[in-house]
Amino acid sequence: MLLRFFLMGLDRKAGIVLTILAILAVAVPVMTLWVPADSPFHLSVFTVSLLGKYLCFALLALALDLVWGYCGILSLGHAAFFAIGGYAMGMYLMRQIGPRGVYGNPVLPDFMVFLNWKELPWYWLGFDQFWFAAIMVLVVPGALAFAFGWFAFRSRVTGVYLSIITQALTFALLLAFFRNDMGFGGNNGLTDFKDILGYDIQADTTRVALFVATVAALALSYMIASGVIASKLGKVLVALRDAESRVRFMGYDTESYKLFAWTLSACMAGVAGALYVPQVGIINPSEFAPASSIEAVIWVAVGGRGTLAGAILGAVLVNMGKSYFTGALPELWLFALGGLFVAVTLFLPKGLLGLGGQLKAKLPGRKTAALPNVQPANHTADQKGA
Amino acid sequence: MRRALRWLMAVCVVVATSTAVYAADLRPLVQALGSGGYSGTEKALVQLSEAGDPAAVPVIEALQAGDLYVRKADGTVVIARKAGDAFTLTDPLTRAALGDAPAAAVEKIRINNSLRRAISASLGALTLMSSDAGVRRSAADAVFKSRDASALETLTAAIAKEQDKGVRAAMEQARAAILLTGEAASKMTDAEIQAATDTLTARGDRDALVLLNMVAGSGASDTTKRSAAAAVSTLEQKLAFWAALQNLWYGLSLGSVLLLAAIGLAVTFGVMGVINMAHGEMVMIGAYTTFLVQEFFRAHAPGLFDLSILVALPAAFLVSGGVGIVIERSVIRWLYGRPLETLLATWGLSLALQQAVRSIFGPTNREVGAPSWMSGAFELGGLTITYGRLWIVIFAFAVFAALLVALKRTWFGLSIRAVTQNRPMANAMGIRTARVDALTFGLGSGIAGLAGVALSQIDNVSPNLGQGYILDSFMVVVFGGVGNLWGTLVGALTLGTMNKFLEPYAGAVLGKILVLIFIILFIQRRPRGLFALKGRAVEV
Repeated sequence: MLLRFFLMGLDRKAGIVLTILAILAVAVPVMTLWVPADSPFHLSVFTVSLLGKYLCFALLALALDLVWGYCGILSLGHAAFFAIGGYAMGMYLMRQIGPRGVYGNPVLPDFMVFLNWKELPWYWLGFDQFWFAAIMVLVVPGALAFAFGWFAFRSRVTGVYLSIITQALTFALLLAFFRNDMGFGGNNGLTDFKDILGYDIQADTTRVALFVATVAALALSYMIASGVIASKLGKVLVALRDAESRVRFMGYDTESYKLFAWTLSACMAGVAGALYVPQVGIINPSEFAPASSIEAVIWVAVGGRGTLAGAILGAVLVNMGKSYFTGALPELWLFALGGLFVAVTLFLPKGLLGLGGQLKAKLPGRKTAALPNVQPANHTADQKGA
Repeated sequence: MRRALRWLMAVCVVVATSTAVYAADLRPLVQALGSGGYSGTEKALVQLSEAGDPAAVPVIEALQAGDLYVRKADGTVVIARKAGDAFTLTDPLTRAALGDAPAAAVEKIRINNSLRRAISASLGALTLMSSDAGVRRSAADAVFKSRDASALETLTAAIAKEQDKGVRAAMEQARAAILLTGEAASKMTDAEIQAATDTLTARGDRDALVLLNMVAGSGASDTTKRSAAAAVSTLEQKLAFWAALQNLWYGLSLGSVLLLAAIGLAVTFGVMGVINMAHGEMVMIGAYTTFLVQEFFRAHAPGLFDLSILVALPAAFLVSGGVGIVIERSVIRWLYGRPLETLLATWGLSLALQQAVRSIFGPTNREVGAPSWMSGAFELGGLTITYGRLWIVIFAFAVFAALLVALKRTWFGLSIRAVTQNRPMANAMGIRTARVDALTFGLGSGIAGLAGVALSQIDNVSPNLGQGYILDSFMVVVFGGVGNLWGTLVGALTLGTMNKFLEPYAGAVLGKILVLIFIILFIQRRPRGLFALKGRAVEV
């Protein structure tokens, strides 16, 4: 049953994506740990962490594509779920520091000692266990998304209105996590981690293991997402993206379908955040910034909305560009990013993966052949306000 | 008793000769401060305060601070301040520099406790009797704060002589404060106590409340306590009333800032349906235009600086509006009917505009000055209102009214509404819809530029200025109801007031979070905002 679900989503595109991920999962550890440092094929640990970071963003983009590309819900607050997953992992890592903190308190993290707190707040309990933190990584973003979506979809808040209140959500969380009395380290966030599952978090092998875990999470999420989309449920999702009222009139309970995809997407974003934190070594409230959610949307748009593989491609490419520009030409990065936003929306409505189809459509005599399976963009016009 | 008599004498002398004494006549008295030990100093001090010349005040203050010295060589009294090993000498009356002297060349005029008392009494007397009403006023306030019983007689005498109503009130309050807290309270009749508490109640501020509370807790007699407790409750009610009013004013002020920021968006988003994420950058461009106009005035016509804001208003409107028209023609017109794509493209534009301004003007804050007619504050009952805020409130409402008239009463407004409501029909009637689109977007952006002029007065002019307002503006428009200017007005004022009323209880950050949560929940109840468009307009 489960196997059939996964196999259903496997088409040629999925084959390519999974093959690339499998190659990465094997090649990167080999090139980092066993290829000698002076060989041209050697990868530094720094590069591995950087790649891991890109793949975490790719997972976030995949989650976003599931709701934006296939349900038509443009979330401008997905970084919030990412950050919450990150905080859940960060709390586990903080508890693992134990008495090695600056103040040497065996239970309380440094910032709590600094703020003169006497005991651990109730919501920190249990985070010394990895299994508990791992569950929370899924449950907390999922529960928040469920509650938020339950209200929003039931009241039929759609389109731009929904996008704006997701911005409000992430902004409210940003302000909340900045507060010291929240018990999440305030401005500075959680950092100075020592080890994960008993392994030194700075060690090369741990870094590589984290990378492989990220690749695995991405592959699994990709399979789940493409399985969902290939299923009957996925067909309904696409239908309600293109004409929600028609689907409702046909008797489908559109809210539940949206709520399912939305919650699943938030859980994926949470996992992405949880894998991101040990690799960059810090989580602070700036991850909640409204701008970072919007940036995630552009990754999806660049790669191609509603393609899954495009989201991964877009996230990796844009972030590689960001790493290059902010290092080499910091002045130009915002121009490049801004220009990318404008250029993609104007000239590449289907993203990089849609580029081939777009070019084919331009060729004379082949106008009808090249329209890819489903394309949303303009169809939303029939439910105005969207 | 002897001192009291002496004071009475001093006051009489002051009343008789208040203007007849000049600085030159003080010289021998100042000189006398330096001879005869403690008693000699005290005698000279009394004479000095009897002379009643405010010019003596700095000398006595120097004596109090221990800065008054005698130069050993010629016995001159000087003010000396330590500078390294040596002392810098100045003349106590004329403030003329007298050069440096080594520590051994000067001798400090010592003071003891009895002298200290005499000093503060004579200072109080001199300032309370000063010919400058402002000095008398601050002296009375100082006495109110110190509640120094020794100032009582001087104060009584000063009240009798005082002509200025405001200053007399301040003096009477100071006197009441001394009477109620000092030993005198036990000897006073009930009527006197009542009069004193009434005086303090009339003062009606937090200081008076603190004082009355103190008296109510530890007053000399039961009558005093009771009378003070009654006054406390009256005063608390009054203060709570003014605090609520002050909050309302702050709310109105914040609301008008939100209104200014959101009103341009109400045109581009509300009327045209374009999600302009670069709206905040239009505000920012308006603020930088103000900066440039002010730089021009500073360089070429510093005398006319007060007028710079008036020039900046049309300039900002034109610059931001022009940028808006360029954006509409180059990007947005290709994206009509695709609101989510518009959102992304304009977000990209906002990033590029921010970086452009950062590259041209640098990342740091630019200083925009306030014209003289916008600085300062005035008091209205228990309210403190700054002129800057007042002008912004007035300006916000003026812009709102002007926009309303432009949309409802002009041909341009008519064509905007026609194009919004039915584009093909408007086109068929001969309205050039493309041009109306561009001009409408320009209008919205221009208004954002006007907001930038106002915000440059209260916020930092930096490339990030706009980012802080974009989310708030969207909240206001969505909360008020898209496509309805009145909704924007009500939305801005409601959110502003709510924020300011929550702030004292929840703190600024938590208050803002609560407002955001409120909006999120409110949108669930009314997905189309406070004043939703009804009928077919919703669906088309």
